[in-house]
Amino acid sequence: MARLINNRWAELALVTGLIVLAGLLLPSNYYFRVGALVLISAIAAVGLNLLLGFAGQVSLGHAGFVGIGAYAVALLPTHWGVPTLASIFLGAAFSGVLALAIGRPILRLKGHFLAVATLGLGILVAMVLTNEARITGGPDGMPVPRLELLGTRIRAPEAWYWIAGGTLIISIVFAQNLLNSSTGRALRALHDSEVAARAAGINVARVKGIVFSISAVYASISGSLLALLNGHITPDTASFLNSIELVTMVVLGGMGSLVGSLVGAAVLVILPQALTVFHEYEHLLLGSFIIAIMIFLRDGIVPTLRKALLERKAPEDRV
Amino acid sequence: MSLLNPISLLSVSNIGISFGGIHAVDGVTFETSAGQIFSIIGPNGAGKTTLFNLISGVYRAESGIVMLGGEDVSTLPPEALAARGLARTFQNLQIFFRMSALENVMVGAHVHEKRRALSHLFGLPSTARENRGTRDAAMALLERLHLAGVTNRSAGSLSYGQLKRLEIARALASRPKILLLDEPAAGCNPTETAEIDEIIVEVAKSGVAIVLVEHDMKLVMGVSDRVLVLTQGRMLIEGTPEEVTNAPEVIEAYLGTGLPTMEASHD
Repeated sequence: MARLINNRWAELALVTGLIVLAGLLLPSNYYFRVGALVLISAIAAVGLNLLLGFAGQVSLGHAGFVGIGAYAVALLPTHWGVPTLASIFLGAAFSGVLALAIGRPILRLKGHFLAVATLGLGILVAMVLTNEARITGGPDGMPVPRLELLGTRIRAPEAWYWIAGGTLIISIVFAQNLLNSSTGRALRALHDSEVAARAAGINVARVKGIVFSISAVYASISGSLLALLNGHITPDTASFLNSIELVTMVVLGGMGSLVGSLVGAAVLVILPQALTVFHEYEHLLLGSFIIAIMIFLRDGIVPTLRKALLERKAPEDRV
Repeated sequence: MSLLNPISLLSVSNIGISFGGIHAVDGVTFETSAGQIFSIIGPNGAGKTTLFNLISGVYRAESGIVMLGGEDVSTLPPEALAARGLARTFQNLQIFFRMSALENVMVGAHVHEKRRALSHLFGLPSTARENRGTRDAAMALLERLHLAGVTNRSAGSLSYGQLKRLEIARALASRPKILLLDEPAAGCNPTETAEIDEIIVEVAKSGVAIVLVEHDMKLVMGVSDRVLVLTQGRMLIEGTPEEVTNAPEVIEAYLGTGLPTMEASHD
């Protein structure tokens, strides 16, 4: 049992199973849209989890990279005729390089200082997107040209659900690969003790820069998919509130759990939709629910459940 | 002073650092070579751990030079020293508590692994091969330090004695030329101390230069080739265990209680 719960293939099978099962059961376009939003958010959350959950480095500005990815698929095809698919990759590459460049000086900072510096980064991106109205459309945003594959325009939420699902699975495979490597061990090690990590020969600044950059690429791809799903984009995508939402997804689902990122994304996307029936009490209930989770499932939803399951099922094969 | 002695792997000359006007380490000089066990003893607060932090690059010395294999490494950061064959353990445990015992030791092999984040991300066959090699070597070390039974347990769930040995296993995973051990037997029972004793001698025999800080006098005097006594950051004496044990200034430094009573200090 313990082996099954910790196995990477089990993790992957679980996520794939959930995506396929939900995909077969969802009744209408509205549900497919919400489902696609969950999966797209989960991609960014998985990336942020590498940084926050595994390497222990806070970022309050990741929506900035989501914004870059989103505007890449809006701006590049509209103004310069770049194909949408290429725009996704260009946006991701730009986000990755930007994170690498900015990461070096920022990631020297610790705790609150790092949080504030990344916060500034996110706000900076949102401001540029808002103020460069001539090409970005300003606060009103701009339309996003639809993705064309094999001559057909992809706009059905159902299609985007499956595209997002496939991308999420690939994202998780890459994250697992990384974690199960020398670089992955290094980034988890520096979370617990930077002194010991350095003594073991780990270049802490380099590893932090790498994981910051990878998580930025994840956020950027998530942003591109979001823009293509919605068909319209505003600078709000890069807002501070969205950065906080991403952090909440990671913490709620479970820091250091890739499945947890999907669960966290599902809670934060679906719950507000479900709570709209309560009208003005919606936010009150959402906030209370999050507080309750953090009090009763302090390690996050998935790690707490996993621990409970391990302890109940097989206390003797935990070794 | 034969500082350019080609045999000496590690040589420290006239090294010093002060914190808030207090000389924590002041004018310490010694050298040691492959296969030797060099011990540093002294009362609490004598500057032993500070000296370790200076040698391993955690602190930068205000004066003096540290040479590793003939190269001046005084200004290098810890990771650069690790790449040059220096490994250490910590007095106050520095364990990766969220990782398994096996993973902790695997991190120790970092200096021998390729730095190719992209091939790690894509999970290329070379990464799998590298992982297998690192894992096998780490398993062997866990076995050697009697930790094979806890291989996949989270490090956070291990006992103090096990964590002490886990730190040694992690340090050995880098296949070091110089190994700094900061109180490896502190808090261990006599059986565990004897095991650690045995491992230290064995590692030295394989050609590693060992620098040992330890309170357990029986262990120190039993295994050391040379002993350096520190008090208040300064060198009191350096010599063979016999010379040090019989030196009047050492007996005096321990307030006339003599060295033998310190045997009781490991509990």
